[in-house]
Amino acid sequence: MLIAASDVTLPDNSGYVVAAYLVFLALLLIYVAIMATKLSRFERELVELNKLAEEREVA
Amino acid sequence: MYGSRLRALSIATVITLSGGFALAAFYAPEDADQGFMQKILYLHVPMAIVALCGFVFGAVCAIQHLRTGSSRWDLRSYVAIHLSLILGAGVLITGSIWARASWGHWWVWDEPTLVSFLIVFLLYATYQPLRFSIEDRDKQARYASVFAITAGAFVPLNFLAVRLAQAYTHPRIFATASGGLEPRMRVAFYVCLLGMALLYVTLWKYEMTSKNTSAQLKALRRRLAGDEDGSRRSAAPTLESA
Repeated sequence: MLIAASDVTLPDNSGYVVAAYLVFLALLLIYVAIMATKLSRFERELVELNKLAEEREVA
Repeated sequence: MYGSRLRALSIATVITLSGGFALAAFYAPEDADQGFMQKILYLHVPMAIVALCGFVFGAVCAIQHLRTGSSRWDLRSYVAIHLSLILGAGVLITGSIWARASWGHWWVWDEPTLVSFLIVFLLYATYQPLRFSIEDRDKQARYASVFAITAGAFVPLNFLAVRLAQAYTHPRIFATASGGLEPRMRVAFYVCLLGMALLYVTLWKYEMTSKNTSAQLKALRRRLAGDEDGSRRSAAPTLESA
């Protein structure tokens, strides 16, 4: 099985194909990272607003 | 509410897109002329088609904004253009890689399809600076809508102009005269195109949900902490307080 797998060789110009798909993956990951940052900001704001609501209830 | 059915849509996107790429890698045969390198087509072309359709969708939303005056349509148009710009950047980079691999150059200036896409991309790259340069929110939204409609009309015109041009060398994947794509390649291509379209819709809904949540949080903060407006100057449209 291992010997068979090592026999599989990609064509010489496969690097360009891999690079193109990696660019797409990188764009997606950057987008996900930006969305994650936004999500954590929303969470912080919600915690803050919850505190504000609690303070109002006490007062 | 933009978040409904987002989970199902995300799952459908992952399945379709990864299925499409798997078909492109293992099911579609290698191109007789370009060999393995032609596999870039299954990524590059669907991305280009979806990006251009996204620009036109942005124009349609902008028309709705001017008709109704609702900031929701302005936001929809903004998000559509924003996502198309991201895909457009991907198209230019993957196109450059493909050009380098098949023509030996990163960019070819006498190739109408490449240059016309770059023109469309650069045109839309001015959309956000245009928004940012206008302080008044209503004016910003109206001017941006007019821009989106004009630029959106330019997209199909540009596409037609390139098609009608005599001296083009860019490969035509659906050219009927020269045979077009082989059936198995066509299946893989359509699945990739569907996957890319689903990805666009999913990201559009994600972005809309995010903007809507942000607007709801701002409204809640105003209600809880008094009427202080902490909004920064931004190119992104804001929704009316819910």
